[in-house]
Amino acid sequence: MSNLSETQKSIEIPAHDLKRSIGSLVMWAVFFALLALSWEGADMRPWDLIENAENMSQFASGFFPPDMSQWKMYVEEIWITIQIAIWGTALSIVCSVPFGILCSENIVPWWVFQPVRRLMDAARAINEMVFAMLFVVAVGLGPFAGVLALWIHTTGVLAKLFSEAVEAIDPSPVEGIRATGATGLQEVIFGVIPQVLPLWISYSLYRFESNVRSATVLGIVGAGGIGMVLWENIRGFYYAETAAVIILIIISVSLLDILSQRLRKMVI
Amino acid sequence: MVAIKVTGLNKTFTKGKKALNSLDLQIDRGEMVALIGASGSGKSTLIRHISGLMKSDSDNSKIEVLHQTIQENGKLGRGVRAARSDVGVVFQQFNLVNRLSVLTNVLVGLLGQIPRWRGTLGLFTRAEKMIAMKALARVGIDNLAEQRSSTLSGGQQQRAAIARAITQGAQVILADEPIASLDPSSARKVMDTLENVNKEDGVTVLVSLHQVDYALRYCPRTIAMRNGEIIFDGDSKRLTPKLLEQLYGDDSLELLGSKQQEEPVVTSLPEQAVA
Repeated sequence: MSNLSETQKSIEIPAHDLKRSIGSLVMWAVFFALLALSWEGADMRPWDLIENAENMSQFASGFFPPDMSQWKMYVEEIWITIQIAIWGTALSIVCSVPFGILCSENIVPWWVFQPVRRLMDAARAINEMVFAMLFVVAVGLGPFAGVLALWIHTTGVLAKLFSEAVEAIDPSPVEGIRATGATGLQEVIFGVIPQVLPLWISYSLYRFESNVRSATVLGIVGAGGIGMVLWENIRGFYYAETAAVIILIIISVSLLDILSQRLRKMVI
Repeated sequence: MVAIKVTGLNKTFTKGKKALNSLDLQIDRGEMVALIGASGSGKSTLIRHISGLMKSDSDNSKIEVLHQTIQENGKLGRGVRAARSDVGVVFQQFNLVNRLSVLTNVLVGLLGQIPRWRGTLGLFTRAEKMIAMKALARVGIDNLAEQRSSTLSGGQQQRAAIARAITQGAQVILADEPIASLDPSSARKVMDTLENVNKEDGVTVLVSLHQVDYALRYCPRTIAMRNGEIIFDGDSKRLTPKLLEQLYGDDSLELLGSKQQEEPVVTSLPEQAVA
């Protein structure tokens, strides 16, 4: 019995940590202050939504019924959009494999992964649209500029994702390969890549999905595909046609998402 | 002829703990030697140094295997890759690549010998595949060659790892707790395979073990370690429970554990606990 009471005495519920609770209060205060501060800058006018409700409903009614008379042309342009995404993604996968390995701190020394990571940061930091505008100037209007834009941006994204997968591998099989007298490159090919391949495939398919979505707007800056048609319809106030294009984009993007999700489930 | 020679080996981990303390060791060709000791005694560390997977402190030390320098004063030797291809390493957790087939895992053993470009592209000739298949037949799992190695049982995976070392044409096999995560009958098969390679091919085998009875049964010579030092090196028969108690005190129970029971105790370490 004395033993029991002793143990009971020694157990204590940890005291409420004042420092920590003040800390979290401050965090919330900062968060709300930031929201308030950004109100002006973001020009938040929620009441306009109510005041102009009539205008908006009139505007919205212009979209109906959607005008599908030119659906063949739309489908062709969407197909071009998908082809832009296919090539942009494929080229970036090819580049992301070496760049991803060169970004991994468990494979290469810091003086390799640091500069390569910064390069990939740069490729990732700049939006596809910006790259597309630049490439339209460089290689002219059309889908090829879109492919190049997706290629550069997606390489930055995939190299980061690929290297994160590489950094999470189990090092022991790699040691097993090393112990046979293999070269560094052979260690990567036989020890690292088989381990990360399912993840790499999954990331690549996911990026393909997002690239199809991105490619639908690349046309706005002249880089080919359905975006160009969409932009022209909006600019010309052809809202019924715009609605048709939007519907077709939603259908095709959803179909591709479903397809690629199926594929991803198969490889994992 | 000397197979493994270690002189003045020191290893201090970053926390300041001395894992190996000016260790000297010599093993002749064709020997089958057991390395015993409680967990944390430095067995794995020693084996990882001999295979060149870990570098020693940078004082006067040298590790030679088959007269090739693996490391000297904490630096890997220049020809370490060539030297590694003569040394087969068998690990506690098998260290096979799970998603590759058993055959490919075994073919990896040839990487140190075939032209680099061909190895890098994974282009193995029929003759080379035959070498690998023969090695698999020898350890008794050639029927599993096409399966992914992750589908094999622990004992089968360990035998595949030994097949990799055979394919490698290794003259020395270093086995780091090869049976610690196996059930008794698999453990016996693995030890039988190692013994077979030692007796028939004259391959030098250094095998670290957790339990003394396997050392007694398979290895004529035993090296016992404690706190990074060799405290016994000689005929395995001299390792009586009494001597073990003198050497290890209470820890001797851990090493003898299996003797007091009918079946050897399986020390099933969690995967992460591999030193």
